[in-house]
Amino acid sequence: MSETITEPELHHEPEAGSSRRMTLNMGPQHPSTHGVLRVVLELDGEFIEKATPEIGYLHTGIEKQCEALNWQQVITLTDRVDYLANLSNNLCYSLAVEKLLGLEIPPKAQWLRVLLAELTRINSHLVWLGTHALDMGAMTMFFLTFREREDLLRIFEMFSGQRLMTSYIRPGGLALDPPRGWEKPVKAFLADFPSKIDEYESLLNANPIWLRRTKGIGILPVEEMLEVGITGPLIRAAGIPMDARKMTPYSSYEKFDFKVPTATENDVFARYAVRMAEMRESLKIVQQALDGLPEGPTRADAHRVVLPEREKMKTQMEALIYHFKIVTEGIAVPEGEIYQVVESPRGELGYYVVSDGSAKPLRVHMRTPSFANLQGLPNLVEKRQISDSIAIMGSLDFVLGDCDR
Amino acid sequence: MANSISEILGSAAAIAKGMSVTLKEMMSPTVTEDYPDAPAKFQERYRGVHVLQRDEAGLEKCVACFLCAAACPSNCIYIEADENTEKKRISGGERYASVYNIDYSRCIFCGFCVEACPTDAITHGHQFEIASYNTSTLIYRKEQMLVNIAPNVKAPALPVETTGGH
Repeated sequence: MSETITEPELHHEPEAGSSRRMTLNMGPQHPSTHGVLRVVLELDGEFIEKATPEIGYLHTGIEKQCEALNWQQVITLTDRVDYLANLSNNLCYSLAVEKLLGLEIPPKAQWLRVLLAELTRINSHLVWLGTHALDMGAMTMFFLTFREREDLLRIFEMFSGQRLMTSYIRPGGLALDPPRGWEKPVKAFLADFPSKIDEYESLLNANPIWLRRTKGIGILPVEEMLEVGITGPLIRAAGIPMDARKMTPYSSYEKFDFKVPTATENDVFARYAVRMAEMRESLKIVQQALDGLPEGPTRADAHRVVLPEREKMKTQMEALIYHFKIVTEGIAVPEGEIYQVVESPRGELGYYVVSDGSAKPLRVHMRTPSFANLQGLPNLVEKRQISDSIAIMGSLDFVLGDCDR
Repeated sequence: MANSISEILGSAAAIAKGMSVTLKEMMSPTVTEDYPDAPAKFQERYRGVHVLQRDEAGLEKCVACFLCAAACPSNCIYIEADENTEKKRISGGERYASVYNIDYSRCIFCGFCVEACPTDAITHGHQFEIASYNTSTLIYRKEQMLVNIAPNVKAPALPVETTGGH
């Protein structure tokens, strides 16, 4: 038997006048996608013809899981939605439930919530800056930002007992009173951090590689951004001063004096500049919250829905009975639905909560900024080079847990 | 010519700037921790592996009220209650936990059980090194979490009964 085996033709010469297209998978394990995002790129040489983000690799079913837990326990799930802005998620859910319950939160708890939410914003922006710069080859930034982030995580651990999964802000106030000596690390951070921001800027603002890779890259018309629902620093870098803290103030934000930084260039560099300015504004808010911290309790006075103080619970029979009732039966939230918005570090974070009057939520939907912001990606990277797509993805600052939940 | 000279000077300045950061960092104190060579540092409130407490008399504080199990969002606490008798007194209350298991492959260290406990029987310790290749070893029994009897306290009448868990 003699058969002639022909070598399979592995290499085709492109026909004259036609371009060779290639489909390339970026992710789900690509380091620059920050999580498990897969982007299917259709390439013409180095240029991206079409990009299709494939999400869902980090789908955890958190929204569905919320329906299986009672109102207080859901807080532990909100921690895990956006794992870089746990306290923003705690806050948003708590505000939604409090609105349904019609609870009045004592000023001290509100001020501490603002303080922690702003520290969370700085924390999230530090992670973004470190990883974004790392993607662009500026490795030092990563070490510098994570050094400062450690101070913040220590503060969160001091308050709540965990660095990331805080579960500290609860419907009705705060889980615990602030710990002894909590002001000291916060003050130290406030004193130290402005010079650190200057240090970051001195390393990046005049860095030719950084400038060439960020300036004029990733511009999307404002109308298109609004169409897909992009919010947060991205829309502010396009010149629209949209900020839930100003537009629909919550947790006494109207009593704090701060500016909403904007830029007009709408490119990757503008987003960087806006976030840097936001960190400075956050510091101002933290300072005000620290200076003007009111005295008083940190939990609302509502014995049917808020756990009694431990002292009371141990000495008063009635408080002990309510303690048992709240833990075993849960709290009954009046029938109704609510949509509550907070400004998370990534943009507009909304919780849509429906109650049927029972001890468990009927539905908890999260309008997460990462999901909406990611919708801008296909148009942003079209006709750009692959290396630009890294810069653009970094500037979007999405968290895949937040996106897929 | 002038252009390339200015470019060279600019690059040299950029390198000098970068090196100045490096030198400054060399002089500043180390911020990293020495773990695992040195013990990890925690804040007071750190939520680690649970510790079951005893009262001043050395009796267990847990009275098997099941509040911790009810508060737990991940259903990782398993309790079996038993009555204290005159002869065998384990806890200060009427009942005690004959079995108290926490499944650390499910526990999320949220601290709800500690908040719920009306007798301060369950608290968070600072132990965190519980990783294991075998998940069955992650089910901790009461005896593994119970604090030792303080040396100045006379031991309770009978040793703690071990029922082996579920």
